[in-house]
Amino acid sequence: MSFNNLDTLYRQVIMDHYKKPRNKGILNDGNLTIDMNNPTCGDRIRLTMKVENGIVVDTKFDGDGCSISMSSASMMTQAVKGKDIETALNISKTFSEMIQGKEYDDSLDLGDIEALQGVSKFPARIKCATLAWKAMEKGLKEQ
Amino acid sequence: MNPYEIRKLFPILNQEVNGHQLVYLDSAATSQKPASVIETIEEYYRGYNSNVHRGVHTLGTKATDAYEGAREKVRKFINAASTEEIIFTKGTTASLNMVARSYGGANLSAGDEIVISYMEHHSNIIPWQQIAKQTGATLKYLPLKEDGTISLDDVRATITDSTKIVSIMQVSNVLGVINPVKEIAEIAHEHGAVMVVDGAQSTPHLKVDVRDLDCDFFAFSSHKMVGPTGIGVLYGKKELLENMEPVEFGGEMIDFVGLQDSTWKELPWKFEGGTPIIAGAIGLGAAIDFLEEIGMENIEAHEHKLTAYAMKKMSAVEGLTIFGPVDPEKRAGVITFNLDEVHPHDVATVLDAEGIAVRAGHHCAQPLMKWLNVSSTARASFYLYNTEEDVDKLVDGLVKTKEYFSNVF
Repeated sequence: MSFNNLDTLYRQVIMDHYKKPRNKGILNDGNLTIDMNNPTCGDRIRLTMKVENGIVVDTKFDGDGCSISMSSASMMTQAVKGKDIETALNISKTFSEMIQGKEYDDSLDLGDIEALQGVSKFPARIKCATLAWKAMEKGLKEQ
Repeated sequence: MNPYEIRKLFPILNQEVNGHQLVYLDSAATSQKPASVIETIEEYYRGYNSNVHRGVHTLGTKATDAYEGAREKVRKFINAASTEEIIFTKGTTASLNMVARSYGGANLSAGDEIVISYMEHHSNIIPWQQIAKQTGATLKYLPLKEDGTISLDDVRATITDSTKIVSIMQVSNVLGVINPVKEIAEIAHEHGAVMVVDGAQSTPHLKVDVRDLDCDFFAFSSHKMVGPTGIGVLYGKKELLENMEPVEFGGEMIDFVGLQDSTWKELPWKFEGGTPIIAGAIGLGAAIDFLEEIGMENIEAHEHKLTAYAMKKMSAVEGLTIFGPVDPEKRAGVITFNLDEVHPHDVATVLDAEGIAVRAGHHCAQPLMKWLNVSSTARASFYLYNTEEDVDKLVDGLVKTKEYFSNVF
């Protein structure tokens, strides 16, 4: 593998989310707080969500981690904001399939998230990418 | 010693990873194994695999001789007084758990103290947390100095007459610092406490003499010292082990079994319940033969030289922070670092693309990470098969990592 292959992992859009994370911080009026960490590497995330009438009205993340975990968190908040719970969980399922290199439903518009597809070629980094999504799933499934 | 000749004895090192010659800098996690160790284990399974201590048959005798022969090699390697003091375990974690549960469980009560340090590996923290909860004892932490070393003044201030157990790592898996465990043992003994030494990171790299250290227990793992995984050692002073109860009960460790009560075998077998890790012990014996042929003093000197070289070269990389003491004489072959603006996982991924294996994460030392005020770090660790060329490749890789990340942003 050369550095060229690294470009499949570190896509421009990923670096953009890492450098300029969207929805970073803590929601003051949220009704869900999920803390999750990746015990093997020390990445941490705190996800706050405001869910009303089955809709993710707002969400923010805070945490500390590598470019993949933090950019994935940023993209995730962007993707689920304004969506109903079922749609959010559906995007999460599609994301999970994509990141594991499995066949996935490409009728869903994943937007920026598709940039993370290259992570599937780096098995050691899949857990980085899924951290925020697991936090979101945990929160919504508790609803 | 010539590391280029030694490299050739490790088959795994002769391979390309991601199109580059492998540069293995993760020996603090686990070391590679020389052909002699691999072949010794294969010979056992091919030639004389049998259970030990029970067969009358020829293969059983041969296996028993090899298993007990390995125990004698361990005894000599760490200069214990007797093989009765050498217990085979699954590894350092199991050894420390055994001391905590058996010795700690019987000798601790409310008001007693256990003293460890902020730099300990989780395996030398959690067994003590658990036994402290069960017995009502207090777990106290030795502070660290600015450069990550332990000062004997702090040791004297922390250990009191209520301290029953002191447990410290001899070499840090993160800071690389070599701790004055002999001096700490002396202070512990003045207060009537026992001294436990976690030797997981020291035994592979420097000459260990448990009688010179005068420690009461000493734990280490085979897989970090060119031996197989799944086996380690607990050394304990005979008079202590004799008064301790086993933590695992079953076959192999018994003397007489009645319906309601049983008695145990003598040392060391009362602590080795179940069929032991026979191939592992024999493999560890071969690892010791290998290391002794090269000489632990030579290995230590080589690593000191390489560490000094690496620290000098790495310090020249702009934006690179090295944790722990700056004096290479104070440390073993472990260099933990961070690169400005690039997360350690990303450093490890980019280096991996160059065939360079380093560790990234919290290194099973979360309290120490907190003390360093970082969530994660990258670590390069050296062993007898690493060369200055490996260090040069690492430094080149780090420079490229910086460039790569400044370009993608």
